[in-house]
Amino acid sequence: MDEVLDEALVKDHKPAWKGGDQPYEASYGKLMMWFFLITDTLTFSAFLASYGFSRFKYPDIWPNPEDVFSHFPFLHGEHPLLFVALMTFILIMSSVTMVLAVNYGHKMQKKKVILWLSLTIVGGAIFLGSQAWEWGHFIHGDKGGINTQTEHVVHIAEGEKLSSVYELMGADGHDGTHHHFTVDQVITSLEANPQYNIRKANRMYLTNEDAIAYLRENASEVLLGANLKNNEYGHPLFADYFFFITGFHGFHVFSGVILLIIILINVVKGTYERRGHYEMVEKVGLYWHFVDLVWVFVFTFFYLV
Amino acid sequence: MGSETKGNWWIWKVFWILLFITAFEVALGIIKPSFLVDTIFLGTKLINHVFIILTIIKAAYIINQFMHLGHEKVTLKWTILLPALILVPYLLFILLNEGFYTYLKI
Repeated sequence: MDEVLDEALVKDHKPAWKGGDQPYEASYGKLMMWFFLITDTLTFSAFLASYGFSRFKYPDIWPNPEDVFSHFPFLHGEHPLLFVALMTFILIMSSVTMVLAVNYGHKMQKKKVILWLSLTIVGGAIFLGSQAWEWGHFIHGDKGGINTQTEHVVHIAEGEKLSSVYELMGADGHDGTHHHFTVDQVITSLEANPQYNIRKANRMYLTNEDAIAYLRENASEVLLGANLKNNEYGHPLFADYFFFITGFHGFHVFSGVILLIIILINVVKGTYERRGHYEMVEKVGLYWHFVDLVWVFVFTFFYLV
Repeated sequence: MGSETKGNWWIWKVFWILLFITAFEVALGIIKPSFLVDTIFLGTKLINHVFIILTIIKAAYIINQFMHLGHEKVTLKWTILLPALILVPYLLFILLNEGFYTYLKI
């Protein structure tokens, strides 16, 4: 052992076992950022795995993501996936501007770092705004549902086509007022409008008479929108996971934007210019790409699968 | 690092790859080809396997290129990747396979 040590000493002309060597050839800060990202990876994996677990447990009554996230700002009608696709595009784009900022940091071009960092912040802010819109839409709800004692949420349909509680009641769901309907009102409306019926889990449609009988027997309340306890689209766990996972990811984006603003101020002040390197931009860049990486998985498991 | 001499073209290349895969996923999610939706493989629809594989490809590009891990030392690469590569599949196995009893309707 001593011989090996001596050999190393002779070779490098420095004490190999007294520090100074860099086995990873990465700085302390960068290494710690990577280790933090590993722990965060495991956290998000646990969230998404438990989401899958719950979804497999209630396969029949789990909402279909396309029915839930089917709207686009300022557009009418159903556009499943389009809005989240736009959000994904925004986040990928902000990842690109981030790499460009890091790249110009390596070249010590302060002005270009400022430009691309600012664009990354704008991208992050647009993403957060989109998420707020998505949350707002989810909380407000779209078509309404009826909670039943069998723990299923059933929906109003017209023939074999999904309709909405608002249509049945002749109300406008997007007029900005707070609506409230009782089960008795819905049943009365169903009796008056025989073209309406209900859709149960697994896209099973009842006839108008069966629907009225089913609701008389089982219905407990009319659900409009989603919160942590109830969810008009289906199983309440779906809403819980939606708020928790996208919320936790959104919190990461928010922290990322704050970090980016802080280093942007430092870049403008010339802190890294004086330090001689822009490694701080690189470290925050790692975090920012990680946020993008997590979104890629959230996008797949929440919206596509 | 090596990237000092490199231009920016590789960044835009990765961008177009990521964008193309995402657009393909969205198109697949809207069209839902029946042979992918109706075929069940390993407990889930074939289309979900396609989505998961494409997602992993996207993740690989982000980690390798954007996060620069492909250009780090081999020791650092494995220090970062191994914990995730071992623990995440293990977690999925425990939850999704060993948790089967919760699906039983008793």
